[in-house]
Amino acid sequence: MKNLLILGAGTAGTMMLNKMHKALLPDKWRITIVDNVETHYYQPGFLFIPFGIYTEKDVVKPKKDFFPEGVNVINTEIWKVLPEFNKVHLASGIILDYDLLIIATGSRIAPEETEGLTGKLWKKDIFDFYTLDGAKALAEKLKNWEGGKLVINITEMPIKCPVAPLEFAFLADAFFEDKGIREKVHIQYVTPLAEAFTKHKSAEILGHYLEDKGIELVAEFNTGRIDNDGKKLVSWDEREVEFDLLVTVPTNKGADYIETSGLGDELNFVPTDKHTLQATGHENIFVIGDASNIPTSKAGSVAHFESEILKENIIHYINAEPLKAKFDGHANCFIESGHGKAFLIDFNYDVEPLPGNFPFAHLGPFKLLKETKMNHLGKLMFKWAYWNLLLKGKELPMGSDMSLKGKILDEKFKDIFITDKQQLSKLSGE
Amino acid sequence: MSTAVGVKEILGKNLAIDADSNLVNLSDWNEEIAKELAKEEGINELTEKHFQVINYMRKVFSETGDAPSIRKLTKDSGVDTKEFYELFPKGPAKKAARIAGLPKPKGCI
Repeated sequence: MKNLLILGAGTAGTMMLNKMHKALLPDKWRITIVDNVETHYYQPGFLFIPFGIYTEKDVVKPKKDFFPEGVNVINTEIWKVLPEFNKVHLASGIILDYDLLIIATGSRIAPEETEGLTGKLWKKDIFDFYTLDGAKALAEKLKNWEGGKLVINITEMPIKCPVAPLEFAFLADAFFEDKGIREKVHIQYVTPLAEAFTKHKSAEILGHYLEDKGIELVAEFNTGRIDNDGKKLVSWDEREVEFDLLVTVPTNKGADYIETSGLGDELNFVPTDKHTLQATGHENIFVIGDASNIPTSKAGSVAHFESEILKENIIHYINAEPLKAKFDGHANCFIESGHGKAFLIDFNYDVEPLPGNFPFAHLGPFKLLKETKMNHLGKLMFKWAYWNLLLKGKELPMGSDMSLKGKILDEKFKDIFITDKQQLSKLSGE
Repeated sequence: MSTAVGVKEILGKNLAIDADSNLVNLSDWNEEIAKELAKEEGINELTEKHFQVINYMRKVFSETGDAPSIRKLTKDSGVDTKEFYELFPKGPAKKAARIAGLPKPKGCI
């Protein structure tokens, strides 16, 4: 009997659990999953909580509802992986052996990394919305807030769901407009990046929406510390931004045991082959979702597209074959823009977001890089698909690899958007 | 390695540059060239500390193919974050990479 051990039962870990449970023979493989939290959080829904659109019940379900029968579930903290011995030590003292290890412990916010962030204003005038507690506390604050300087700040990259803070800014603009106090709220978007979007082409096409919505962009601002007495952000090069209400996306890090195990980079993300998803230097360890350091967005859609590739490569590995499945970096994000509308972007390692249509069986097409009501409905419907299809490892009506079907590829766009010409001929040949 | 889109004359030599006006060939770089690039970035004198950062970045680049993140740099190079921003004010990662003769850091997605 061989052991497949999955660390982390979030979006990525649960999907892999379901897929591998179907793919592996039960008399040959014992599957174990470890996670210290028993609640599954629908993290894309956290964004809506501060504005009263969702409440806690929309975003939580017991993790066990998504585990197949016959797998071994252990609810405890992970202490350390010993890759040279193929063992994992748990905080409870249990030691687990593995033949194959999948790391899926994601990323978390680490506000303690920034001086003054968790000081006396934390949860009074400074909030995060990347945790359920943070999002709920912010909802309470916004109920009675009468206006002033609202600052939305990304502390440092990379962060989980890089478009979420931008969506927060758009939704805040709409929220205060609906409340009739928009003119009393000054919104600033403060980012270490040179522009509002991580993808330059999205910024070119969508950048003007910030201006249209009266959101001021403060770019290339690397937050050094929070001055609680002066109520301001101070950058490493001593620029200052004052706030009355600060919505922060703190530094994101991988799990602490990654550091203890010596498996991570400076932020505890695991160096991983961006195509095969195998951990660098460890042939029986694979990494999926936010836990890896691969250069694409940390997002559920990415974990979903990775999961098919990873399943195939694990089967190849078990059969002692080359890891033939290659992940292309595919990411797909709905971007809420307020007042019941949203954008949709779709991209991978080599192809920047393109305008056009995004085909989607039964529902589509969705408009890419355009603000539409349909895209917003798509985002809301995704919650149903997440709980009912995606986590259970069922097929969604879209493939893992990015497709150019429906995307506008006239000569102008070919030159602007495709960063790799070979990639273009490969994709167009579909 | 980035793609050459043009040449730039520095100290009498024509050196290949990419779209960001960063050097394309690692071997084109030397300390004298670095001083010229630094002047373009508004840094009139390169100190020993500057070179500590620059040499560390070149070492990481030759090992990994990308410049280190600010976090990695300030953890391993012996120069802390505060100092790094003082040495290369405003956009230190980009600035230091350019002076070190490296392409603009790929950064984050």
